[in-house]
Amino acid sequence: MGPVQAGPDHAKETQLFDMRPTPALPPLPGVGYKPQHFAAILADPAPVGWFEIHAENYVGDGGRPLAQLRALADRFPISVHGVGLSIGGEGRLDRDHLARLKRLVDWLSPASFSEHLAWSSHGGAYFNDLLPLPYTAATLARVADHIDEVQEALGRQMLLENPSSYLAFAESEISETDFLRAVSSRTGCGLLLDINNVFVSATNLRNDPRSYIDAFPLDRVKEMHLGGHEADADEDGTLLLIDSHGAPMADPVWALLDHTLARSGPRPLLIEWDNDVPDWPALTDEARKAAAALERIAA
Amino acid sequence: MTDAGFSAALLDPERPVPAGLITPDGKPASRRYAIYRNNVTVGLTEALEAGFPVVRKIVGERFFQAMAVVFVRNHPPASPILAGYGADMPGFLRGLEPVAHLKYLPDVARLELALRRAYHAGDAAPIAADALAALPPDRLMRARLGLAPPVQLLSSRFAIHDIWTFNMTEGAPRPTGQAQDVLITRPSLTPIPTLIDRAGAEYVAALLAGKSFGAAIAAGGAALDLPGTLGLLLGHAAITSIDRGQP
Repeated sequence: MGPVQAGPDHAKETQLFDMRPTPALPPLPGVGYKPQHFAAILADPAPVGWFEIHAENYVGDGGRPLAQLRALADRFPISVHGVGLSIGGEGRLDRDHLARLKRLVDWLSPASFSEHLAWSSHGGAYFNDLLPLPYTAATLARVADHIDEVQEALGRQMLLENPSSYLAFAESEISETDFLRAVSSRTGCGLLLDINNVFVSATNLRNDPRSYIDAFPLDRVKEMHLGGHEADADEDGTLLLIDSHGAPMADPVWALLDHTLARSGPRPLLIEWDNDVPDWPALTDEARKAAAALERIAA
Repeated sequence: MTDAGFSAALLDPERPVPAGLITPDGKPASRRYAIYRNNVTVGLTEALEAGFPVVRKIVGERFFQAMAVVFVRNHPPASPILAGYGADMPGFLRGLEPVAHLKYLPDVARLELALRRAYHAGDAAPIAADALAALPPDRLMRARLGLAPPVQLLSSRFAIHDIWTFNMTEGAPRPTGQAQDVLITRPSLTPIPTLIDRAGAEYVAALLAGKSFGAAIAAGGAALDLPGTLGLLLGHAAITSIDRGQP
């Protein structure tokens, strides 16, 4: 295979997805939904304009999860974020899982569906983690095929998220930004840019996070993720950042967000907090900081 | 690097870190690979902790964690839906030597799995309380009652209901030794385990198996408290349809 085709190519997206009104998240702060916040959200959601759910927690037949989700979706745009499709995996996509996701998406009509540039299943085992893949012509073709399959099955565009990396593959031959740009061009998928992941990966792989942003196809970005990390070290004592989603977002990452928004314009910004989840007011504090970042570029 | 190569060492700490994974200096990424190992084990262990709170309380936090690591390595989930993870736990506990003296433990795990199934089960509106009384007796005997998707029965040689309640409720009485049957319902959005007598359990089991109202009464036998059992089912929104059969 020849060199990777980079650069904007929206022809496929137009052809496939302009036939129906494209739902979209509003360019406001959103928060990852946790059931313990249900009552507090309904009492006072400000300044949060939308919510994201992990798809895998809402594919049961009924009960409290779907009852709460229905009530939430009656008031707010919802983003469905999958963590288990294993799009970056070698194996075929799990058809049963794809059918579950289709059932959820058909029932909910969410404003967005997104998944990860990662894999999580192999040989019949699900590892419950976002595992990395090398960036090669072969993995690019595989990821694009899987995304075609997802978009066809769901009948809508999906967004693909950049991973947080702790290590590199000796065999990788394509940069992550070129890889994502090529996947987006080939499949018409949008991109979900996780700003904290950019910072974590750049630190861990000793790259410049601003150069990554500058090389990223920002015109394809329809959502951004904001989250906290924690510091660790490898065997040489080199700083390692862990994408823990268990803390407020670090100041340099807020600065990286400003750098990004100045280039991209306003985007839906999600506060991701999945571990040691604080009470609702603490999450709205993070959301207010995201709102302020959006206001800074509007000014 | 194949997925098999990357994943083989995730759940097996004896295996070496796969080659071809590197740090920015081009060195083998051992400590970095360990982050993935840790994420996988911790994430799945936490899913089991959330799914088996009473088993965890009985064996203690530290033992549960050590045991969960062994479980995760030998029974990784087959599906990304972790709400269903741990179906092998009762069998695993049955074969686990250090808890062999806790003979009731596998049944506690069965009860916790059933409650989890009930939590995610489908919704169905209950029939009106007087809908059964409105049927002529011969029609009622031939009718088949549909039960709500969360409804399940669990029989144990142990006082499984009392053991669960003792561990979940402050000030509940200490469990005694007798066998118990548990009816699981979901009258609102929270699944509830209720003690049900043997005859009542036989009656509900027959209904769950699709037998007619009359056949279920026969299955319950002479000891069946029909008004009490029906009152329990109706009070817990557990009866959702009446198939009247042929007139």
